[in-house]
Amino acid sequence: MSETLVKPSEASPLQRAVGGALRSREIAVFAVLVVLIVVATVKSNSFLFGGDGWRDLLVTPAILLVLAAGQTMVIVTRNVDLSVGSTLGLTAYLTGRLFVDQPSLPIVVVFLIGIAFGGLLGLVNGILVAGFRVPALVITLGTLYIYRGVFLEWAGSDRINPSDMPSGFLSLGTKQILTIPVLTIIALLVIAAVGYYLHTARGGREMYAIGSDPDAATLYGLAVTKRVVWAFVICGALAGLAGVFYAARYGTISSGAGRNLELEAVAAAVIGGVAIFGGSGTVWGAAIGAFLLVTIDRVLPILGIPDFWQRAVVGALIIGAIVLDRVLSARQERALIEARDR
Amino acid sequence: MSMTTIDEAVNERTYADYSRPLLWRVFMTREFAIIALLVLVYFYAYGNVANFDGPLTLYYLFLDMAPIMLIALPMTLVIITGEIDLSVASIMGLTSVMLGIGYHDFGLSMPLAIVLALVVGTVCGAINGFLVAYVGLPSLAVTIGSMALFRGIAVGLLGTEAITDFDEKWTDLATQRIGGDSSYPVILIAFVVLAIAFAILLHFSTFGRGVYEIGLNDQTARFTGVKVERTKFCLFLLAGVVSGFAGIFYTLRYGSARGDNAEFYELQVIAAVLLGGVSIFGGRGALHGVIAGVLLIGVVSSALRLENVSTNITNIVIGGLLVLSVISGSVLSSVSNLRQRRAARARAPVKASHRSGQPDDGEKAASE
Repeated sequence: MSETLVKPSEASPLQRAVGGALRSREIAVFAVLVVLIVVATVKSNSFLFGGDGWRDLLVTPAILLVLAAGQTMVIVTRNVDLSVGSTLGLTAYLTGRLFVDQPSLPIVVVFLIGIAFGGLLGLVNGILVAGFRVPALVITLGTLYIYRGVFLEWAGSDRINPSDMPSGFLSLGTKQILTIPVLTIIALLVIAAVGYYLHTARGGREMYAIGSDPDAATLYGLAVTKRVVWAFVICGALAGLAGVFYAARYGTISSGAGRNLELEAVAAAVIGGVAIFGGSGTVWGAAIGAFLLVTIDRVLPILGIPDFWQRAVVGALIIGAIVLDRVLSARQERALIEARDR
Repeated sequence: MSMTTIDEAVNERTYADYSRPLLWRVFMTREFAIIALLVLVYFYAYGNVANFDGPLTLYYLFLDMAPIMLIALPMTLVIITGEIDLSVASIMGLTSVMLGIGYHDFGLSMPLAIVLALVVGTVCGAINGFLVAYVGLPSLAVTIGSMALFRGIAVGLLGTEAITDFDEKWTDLATQRIGGDSSYPVILIAFVVLAIAFAILLHFSTFGRGVYEIGLNDQTARFTGVKVERTKFCLFLLAGVVSGFAGIFYTLRYGSARGDNAEFYELQVIAAVLLGGVSIFGGRGALHGVIAGVLLIGVVSSALRLENVSTNITNIVIGGLLVLSVISGSVLSSVSNLRQRRAARARAPVKASHRSGQPDDGEKAASE
């Protein structure tokens, strides 16, 4: 049978690439983000150009960017990690403690310890989820409680203050290279690495395969358990990195660190077009989603809306995004059926 | 493969349970394991924790757990259909704010304010139900969105203010005891009535059979005549109404309407339901297990509190219980799979010897 079900496109590769990019979800969310920034800049010039406007625009989303990258990887495999907020809080406190107890440690080592510790917590999630074949939603809900409980018990009413940490570390939170904050550069490098892995590496492609149909992936002989454990380890490691970022950016680490962040990370991925039931979406999309979430928070007061309303706007955005997904996929399905029946 | 082997295979798996003695079937269930654990923990605490046998312990246990107990009822049904509702605590917050605004800003009488708040809860549930059932969106994503939306509206309406000028008549009602001085708050009456209603709905009605069928396979449920969309819509609506009611109770109990009331309660509700033996994949679970699950969390929390253990440790214990209960289910099912396979292997030679006398062409063709 040499019959093709769908006629090959007559457009040139360039036309197809441009057309595909224009129709993609990432571009749509990016357009919303740009409009938001332009409107805010028109309303208040200092949003972008005055004082720390430009720097804040770029540095504030850095933490959520890193979290959303890890979350994307887990969601692509048809899982979810609700414990990242607790992991972040725990690692942020660990970072502070390290500086208090071991002042001689080089900053790079602290970064590595934070990442390794987060990865360890992720490994626990991964082994529980993939090893026992139980739903990630329940397990990470449990570890959310456990990690946060350990964090609060360890930290108690104690809190880490900026004076406890070396100025070299704190300045990472504000330092810029070519006007781009260092934390943002690291976050973008992470996004690029995760995106490259998911898009081209064999392991990444297998993660999409696992997320599209776990049973088929198992039958085909993919190492499902190994890949899912890896996704959780990387997600945890990135949450650890985000914890170190948190310490550098805010300087103060109290028991509230990382609260609610897990849901923002999931929300960023969902808004950026990562399907909650696995198998599709890109880390670029999640990154733009994260940028959008954080920026909305800062734009609302400029538009004269009290920032109490931020969560309502975010909620409406999430629902809008998944309704849009549904409408688009229904349209595509109809088009494919028409093409088949012709 | 002949027809009989297929039939046997199906029979073995489906009806294995019915060949066991009645007592085994009743007691060797996850629900009973949780009930047994609850009884053990309760009596251990009763004997070993100072003041656990005091008159206030049970009273505060029920009063604190009441919203979670109430919402766990509809949540059980929602999770058995294979869906989830993360927005229940946000609905509690929003109804709490609406009760406050209705009473304080609109000048409504308390019963009218309660009606207004209940209507808001119902509308919230209807929005979830519409998006999940009729638009066909995944409930996890929808309710992450509506969780932020409802909470956002609640916080947006009141900001960081709190409305506290409720008439004492109503705030006293929320904390009153049955018969005036027993250990049981009146909210228990509402819970018992609702629990009976939900038990009839889930376990003794066609609607309830449909709930399980949808959870096992919504396509086959549809073919056997279950109205899948309508059932799911009704369940999210019920979750909204009951959450609204719990929000009203919460507000009156603490005498304060705030946008951030009952934050993170959704996690406790879901933890209790899953602890009670309901499968997150849907299709399995029972209300008596869930009620034991909620009470187990309540007993553990109040015993640890009396021992002056911090709430952080309590949270670690609850999280650990949740993880253990899910993993134990997985381990048990893999053990029983292993046993079934071993039993099948043990039977295999017998069958082969039966067949040896009468060669079967179909069997040969299949094996080639």
